[in-house]
Amino acid sequence: MNTAKTKQQPEVLEAVVIRFVGDSGDGMQLTGTQFSDTSAMFGNDIATFPNYPSEIRAPQGSLYGVSGFQVHIGSVEVSTPGDNLDLLVAMNPAGLKTNLYAVKSGHTIIVDSDAFTKKNLEKAQYKTNPLEDGSLDNYRVIEVSMTRLTKEALKNVEGLDNKSITRSKNMFSLGMVYWMYDRSIEHTIEFFNKKFKKKPQIIEANTKVLNAGYFYAETLELIPNSYTISPAKMEAGTYRIIMGNTATAWGLLAAAEKSGLELFLGSYPITPATDILHELVKHKHFGVKAFQAEDEIAGITSAIGASFAGDLAITTTSGPGLALKGEALGLAMMIELPLVVVDVQRGGPSTGLPTKTEQSDLLQAMYGRNGESPVIVIAASTPANCFDFAFEAAKLALEHMTPVVLLTDGYIANGSAPWKIKSISEMPEIKNNLVNQITENWHPYNRDEETLARNWAIPGTKGFEHRIGGLEKDSITGNISYEPENHEKMTKIRAEKVERVKNVIPKLKTEFADSGDLLVIGWGGTYGSLHSAVKQLSDNGYKNIGYAHFNYINPLPRNTKEILSKFKKLLFVN
Amino acid sequence: METAVQKYTFKDFTSDQEVRWCPGCDDYVILRSMQKALPEMGVKREDVVFISGIGCSSRFPYYMNTYGMHSIHGRAPGIASGVKLANPNLSVWVMTGDGDAMAIGGNHFIHVLRRNIDLNIILFNNEIYGLTKGQFSPTSLVGQKTKSSPYGNTQPPFSPGELALGANARFFARIGGNVPKEMSQIFIEAHKFKGTSLVEVLQNCVIFNDGCFSKFTDKTVKADKQIFLEHGKPMIFGKERNKGLILNGLKLEVVTIGENGITQEDLLVHNAKVKDPTLHQMLVRLEYPIATGIIRSFDDVTLEERENALTEEVKANSKFTKTDDLFFSGETYEVK
Repeated sequence: MNTAKTKQQPEVLEAVVIRFVGDSGDGMQLTGTQFSDTSAMFGNDIATFPNYPSEIRAPQGSLYGVSGFQVHIGSVEVSTPGDNLDLLVAMNPAGLKTNLYAVKSGHTIIVDSDAFTKKNLEKAQYKTNPLEDGSLDNYRVIEVSMTRLTKEALKNVEGLDNKSITRSKNMFSLGMVYWMYDRSIEHTIEFFNKKFKKKPQIIEANTKVLNAGYFYAETLELIPNSYTISPAKMEAGTYRIIMGNTATAWGLLAAAEKSGLELFLGSYPITPATDILHELVKHKHFGVKAFQAEDEIAGITSAIGASFAGDLAITTTSGPGLALKGEALGLAMMIELPLVVVDVQRGGPSTGLPTKTEQSDLLQAMYGRNGESPVIVIAASTPANCFDFAFEAAKLALEHMTPVVLLTDGYIANGSAPWKIKSISEMPEIKNNLVNQITENWHPYNRDEETLARNWAIPGTKGFEHRIGGLEKDSITGNISYEPENHEKMTKIRAEKVERVKNVIPKLKTEFADSGDLLVIGWGGTYGSLHSAVKQLSDNGYKNIGYAHFNYINPLPRNTKEILSKFKKLLFVN
Repeated sequence: METAVQKYTFKDFTSDQEVRWCPGCDDYVILRSMQKALPEMGVKREDVVFISGIGCSSRFPYYMNTYGMHSIHGRAPGIASGVKLANPNLSVWVMTGDGDAMAIGGNHFIHVLRRNIDLNIILFNNEIYGLTKGQFSPTSLVGQKTKSSPYGNTQPPFSPGELALGANARFFARIGGNVPKEMSQIFIEAHKFKGTSLVEVLQNCVIFNDGCFSKFTDKTVKADKQIFLEHGKPMIFGKERNKGLILNGLKLEVVTIGENGITQEDLLVHNAKVKDPTLHQMLVRLEYPIATGIIRSFDDVTLEERENALTEEVKANSKFTKTDDLFFSGETYEVK
């Protein structure tokens, strides 16, 4: 590539937040992903979050059809996709209107001026053109005739229809942003070559438009100089960018391999959990049995059946789906079989906000069943640690013979971040309670003295034929028993079994301060935001504020009381 | 590793649990027929799994000395599907009633039939809710007076067979609740069938719906009111074995051999193995005589066969054998 101009030394920034917005169909997710992948490979820490409408394809140009992708890159630790934007790229008026609120005053907005037609302005409910009425005076607005320039760049490419030409304008914007932030375009060109192997014109078109955007930005005097974000200090190792849902699926795969069991997933599609099903169903080469059931209930019950028969059984869902699974989850708890229930939380109640995030299923996970039915509840807190907690959920379920609810949410499930790849050899061992040698006086409710886990005799094992079920059972034989004393005893055993998980889970640690005036407390996917907030306070000299984050919720870590008592005030943020 | 299956007797399949059904209930017949059929199937006891939902029928697993699970209302097909997909070597049985299978479990019931997983469903149909003490069920008749329909039931019923064939059931049999020998034989055939087999047992409830099928099943009327179908044999019935079925236009018609020049050759010959279920549907709907025996037994690929074939194909074409292969594949980068 010829770059005739001598490049100015780019200004160095610590971190920036960029959001690409346009119509769903404008390729904003792809644009954002390319920018974040390139930045990650350059060595930045990143956090991303896509934001898209729940309609498959809303009417073009409408306010509710805006699709966005936000990326936060830094030479410093980045733990959230960020709040306030340094740069907004808006491909149409609706994108500008719905996202302007987030742009920091004085910062940059790039728009495709060709999209600011009368019709599009009306659709975005603008009475006057914001590019002309002075309402954007507080920002640095870069108006680029992207549609026209894209067409111009592609006029000599053979065999492209009009639609493919206009569709590639997202690459024009990406090219500009690459120049602005001193990123190489090579990774994206490689991506085109791989992705469109069989469509050479598409490779040519995208590459041309990407270059055109890059050089246009370089030539354009509206952008005084470019910026760069130096590589972050990250632990050495092999990394990849991973989405939370993929990480969850991979953690489960790792647990299956480590435990030597086959993985069975019984699931029903629901946003935002479905990507776990999409991911696991690909991996038949590992013997994964992924069963798309007729409903949520069949999702969990098929998993319970598979668990009874000796598989590592998983069911995945989101809020309303967990409500439907409640009765079966109670059964799994009652018959004391291992089962992992992944709840990727979304906005509720009821159908709620399917593509938006809310961390509001905690009480449902804890108590959403009849009777006294304790299960282990844990929560992941970042896209990357979804891997560790999915693995941990499977380990706890198998080692303690009980269902485990793993809570993630749409925010970390769809968000992506660098993941330092963990080889299977680095993962802890997983024991199981399978029995194959008959001992004297064997009963299906014989328990491990330490964990209280009952033994796991699976069909096909000679001599262990037995019957289990949802009715209360005798504490020894497992036969049906309605005796009040026995019910009391069994209720206590089931509670105690979950309680004893305390003995094996890590102790709670605080960040920033071990004791002091205030302890901020959070759990689950709010980690990034809360950690950043307390870090900011700490950096600003408030050294008496600590932060405690809970990934283990039932049971709580054994030193919880001790930690909380070291602070004068507790602030629980949810 | 395969060892010869030991010779069992019905006692080997009898558990130590006291059977708690009402005296005179047909459920005892079903239990005994199953315990007698299992030794004939050549299956190891440890490979047999009974899964049930909720209801009188669903106490069944407790009485079998095999693996079993008494689960939750209507969900036995889901659990059984998981068991079978996890371990296709097992002989998996769903024991269910008309309320369990067709009301609360209706969705699972149709989908398990559609998929054709190799498992067996025994449907105890007594046209009433027994365990909840006498409400109408999805097979109760219009006008039927029950605890929840004191002035007569207003909800028209399902015919289990029609519903099943509509869901593409490949195997459907119907049998009276008072004929243990024939019942055992049908259970054995259901076991042999590769795919989901459904056996509807016309089961009398002595307490809440006594005599609901007696007009077909009483010993005195059975021969004249039932036609017992056998694959490859003419559709013949009656105490005198002189009645039979012919197809008249789009209807089945009862004829008498010797009248109007009808001979045995004119009768329809039962073909349970044909893919087209049209005639099976007609037989299922027939009110006089009521069709029993194996009405449909169409061999088809099972879900687990499809799944296994696909898995083998994917394995053969994949470079991944362990998770590390996946984790380190594609776009990774080094931080030094």
